[in-house]
Amino acid sequence: MCGIVGLFIKNQALEPQLGSLVSKMLGTMCERGPDSAGFAVYGTPSKGKSKITLQSAEPASFQGLPERIKKELGVATDLTIKSSHAVLTLASDKLDTVRDWIRTNVPQIRIMGAGEAIEIYKEVGYPTDVANRFELSKMTGSHAIGHTRMATESAVTTLGAHPFSTGPDQCLVHNGSLSNHNSLRRELARDGIRFETENDTEVAAAYITWRMKQGLNLGDALRGTIDDLDGFFNFVVGTKNGFGVVRDPIACKPAVMAETDDYVAFGSEYRALVNLPDIDKAHVWEPEPATVYFWER
Amino acid sequence: MRTIDLSKSSLRELNEDLHRQNSGANESSWEILNPRGAHAVAVGIDAPISINVKGSVGYYCAGMNKQAAVTVHGSAGPGVAENMMSGKVVIKGDASQYAGATGRGGLLVIEGNASSRCGISMKGIDIVVKGNIGHMSAFMAQSGHLVVCGDAGDALGDSIYEAKLFVRGSVKSLGSDCLEKEMRPEHHEALTKLLKDAGLNGVKSNEFKRYGSARKLYNFNIDNADAY
Repeated sequence: MCGIVGLFIKNQALEPQLGSLVSKMLGTMCERGPDSAGFAVYGTPSKGKSKITLQSAEPASFQGLPERIKKELGVATDLTIKSSHAVLTLASDKLDTVRDWIRTNVPQIRIMGAGEAIEIYKEVGYPTDVANRFELSKMTGSHAIGHTRMATESAVTTLGAHPFSTGPDQCLVHNGSLSNHNSLRRELARDGIRFETENDTEVAAAYITWRMKQGLNLGDALRGTIDDLDGFFNFVVGTKNGFGVVRDPIACKPAVMAETDDYVAFGSEYRALVNLPDIDKAHVWEPEPATVYFWER
Repeated sequence: MRTIDLSKSSLRELNEDLHRQNSGANESSWEILNPRGAHAVAVGIDAPISINVKGSVGYYCAGMNKQAAVTVHGSAGPGVAENMMSGKVVIKGDASQYAGATGRGGLLVIEGNASSRCGISMKGIDIVVKGNIGHMSAFMAQSGHLVVCGDAGDALGDSIYEAKLFVRGSVKSLGSDCLEKEMRPEHHEALTKLLKDAGLNGVKSNEFKRYGSARKLYNFNIDNADAY
């Protein structure tokens, strides 16, 4: 199974409610994926700044990190700790240097994602507990994607939870399973894409990143999944300013979408959408198989 | 009339209440409020009662229905009226995948569109869709009628047995062993009755084409022995 929720806000007046709306949506999908959950939230970017979301099973390893980075690299950073995750804010031009330094020097810390807008939180546990732990309901921003996981392809671990982020400000969640992920992972790895897990979904995320690096826009990158990925999938994808949805041609995984002047929303089931403002007046439809939907602002 | 508000009572209470009704039921008219996409609303009824569901429902609404008339004033999730035995189920909005799957009798009317696998493995149910249907509809359909006033998606009637399919619009593609067949007087008669029962009085049977089994797949053909 697995449950997916996504909300892309078109009317800025709704941005302060992003976290509380998505938190309610995620709560309705607990039964579809009780073993772990995660979400990516796209906040308002600050000029010249980027964020790295970190995760550690030993949150004590976050202590003193900005001081160490300052001492070793001479880079000023700001650290906000939230339970097992932390967000490191720094100048955008120092992002790669600091990320590489953390990977090499603090191996107990894992990089969940990075970019100007994105923050990613994911953990093993019941979805509502995970959302409360990271205070999803208080978060604000332009769009967010959440996932509740019932694992099939790989182990129930923090890194196996969704969303997967394989490029700056990019994330992907998946309901389904892929059958050609091992061969595609080898192909992408040869092209320099870095993988953290054996998970099938990470390959789909990396595929989108790879295509977008080649210059494709989000829509065309999503269109490529229909030919190049074999298996069952509903993908919901976020970029810094975009939100996309694609289903495989067989389309046996459930999906419902809703659109008003104020937002676009995705849910694995209609239950996920019932708390959204003016849902009774929204255009509600089931996305067509092998058809790409995307919005950018 | 009995009114049950699902924001106040549980789904289990509702369905238990409905299961207590029988052919002598005094409470013949029911209204269900605030379904909010709940699964298994009004499943397994076996009584000649009428139920109006005010809102959209999730998976398996009115599954296994016998005798009852269930109307959903909204859209339905996957598997609406799955394995229906008799009675009538009307969906005022759209229906998700495998609407009316394996149904053995009764009439399912979808006033919007139905998505993929509509009427998969149907075994005697009649389904009338005012809009379009998705891919792989009537897959392995055994008996009954599927009437589509709009268009049909890919692979209509793949591996079909003896169900009769009527489509007014276009068919994106036919599945294996499904072909167009002539409309004989008895087909016009059956289709006219189904359209009338579904409340579609302005639609004429001569606007439809009939599709059914080529009967080449479901009997073993010795010439194909080498393929196994």
